[in-house]
Amino acid sequence: MSKRRPYVRSMDGWWKKNPFYVEYMIHESTALFVAAYAFTLLVGLVRLGQGEVAWNGWLEAMKSPLSLICHVVFLLAIMYHTYTWFKIMPITLPPIIVGGKKVGPEVITGSGLLAAVVASVFMLGLVWRIAQ
Amino acid sequence: MPDSQRIIEIEVLRYNPESDKEPHLEVYKVPFSDDMSVLQGAQYIKDHFDGSLTFRWSCRMAICGSCGMMINGIPKLSCETFLRDYFPNRIRIEAMANFPIEKDLVVDLSGFIEKLESIQPYIIPREPRSLDQGEYIQSPEQFNAYIQFTSCINCTLCYAACPQFGLNPDFIGPAAIALLHRYNMDSRDGAAAERMELVAAEEGVFNCSAVGYCSEVCPKHVDPANAVNINKTNAAKDYFLRFLSPKGGSK
Repeated sequence: MSKRRPYVRSMDGWWKKNPFYVEYMIHESTALFVAAYAFTLLVGLVRLGQGEVAWNGWLEAMKSPLSLICHVVFLLAIMYHTYTWFKIMPITLPPIIVGGKKVGPEVITGSGLLAAVVASVFMLGLVWRIAQ
Repeated sequence: MPDSQRIIEIEVLRYNPESDKEPHLEVYKVPFSDDMSVLQGAQYIKDHFDGSLTFRWSCRMAICGSCGMMINGIPKLSCETFLRDYFPNRIRIEAMANFPIEKDLVVDLSGFIEKLESIQPYIIPREPRSLDQGEYIQSPEQFNAYIQFTSCINCTLCYAACPQFGLNPDFIGPAAIALLHRYNMDSRDGAAAERMELVAAEEGVFNCSAVGYCSEVCPKHVDPANAVNINKTNAAKDYFLRFLSPKGGSK
C-alpha cells in the first residue's frame, strides 16, 4: 500500500506572506480609487442634467473640506496606479523590435509614464483655459 | 581553516507522511564556509544530523532545475543561493510553495508534468517534409522570436511564485505556457491553433492576474509572465477573429 500522503498547505492570507504580493494587492486596490473618482464625475454629470440648482449644489459639495481631502487621496492613489500600470506593461506586450533590437522594459515603462504626464498636462491646460 | 568555521542556524520545514499530521519546523546548527550553498547546508544536515532529510538535487550549477525551495519565503534554486548571504541570521528553508509536499523539501510535481505534456512541447511541422528536402532554414529574426523561452529548466520556481496557481492548481501555469509559447513562436511549428484550445480554456491564460512574480524569480530570465500575457492577447484575437475566418482551436 502506498505510504504517500501529500500535504497541501493552506492559501489563507497568501498575500501577506511576501512583500511582492502586498505591493501587488496595494496597486490592484488603487483601481478602486480610480473607480471612485470616475463615479464622482459621473454624479456631477447627472446633477448637471438635473438643472442649475442641482449642478451648483454639486459644485458646492466639491468645495467642502471632506471633498478636497478625498480628491487629494484620489490623486495620490491614481498616480500610484498609473506608475504601477506602466511598470507591468512590459510583461503584457509582445516584443517591440526597433532597428533590429528588442525595446527594453525601461523604455516601455518610461514611454508610458511620459505619455501619462503629457496627457495630464494637456488636460490640465485645457481645463485651465476653459475655466478662465 | 578553523577561523572560517562559522555556524548558521538552518530552520527546515519537515514533513514525514508516515508519521506527521502536518509539517513542522526543525532547527539545525550548521558549520559553513563562504563557498557553501544552501543546498550544501541541507546536505550537511543529511550527512551529520538526520539522514532522513529528503530533498531533490542533481547538478549543483543551476541548470538541472531540481533543487528549488523556499528560502526565507522566496522561491530560489538552493544551489546558487549562498549561506554567507544570510549569516548571522537564521535561514528558513521549506518545500516550494503552492505544491503538495511529498516529504520534507520534496513536492509532488506530477500535475506539472501532465501540464507539460498537454501543451505538446515539441515541433509539429506545418507540412510533412521528407529528408531529401534538407534541413529547415531559420533566419536570426525567426530564431530570436522564441530563443528566450527555450531557456526554461522546469525548476517550477515560477509556480511556487504564482498565487493564482496556489489558488487554482488546475491553472496550466507560467512555465508550461512559456514552453507552449516557445513552440508557437517557432517558424518550423504549425500547431498554434491546436494549442489555442488550452490557452483559451478554463485552466488557461486567463487565470493569470499579472502578479508578475513568476518572471521575477525565474533563474533563467525566461519571463514566463510575458509569454502568458502575450497569449491573453492571442486568445482574445482568436476569439474575435473566428467570426471573420473560422479555423483552428476556436472553430
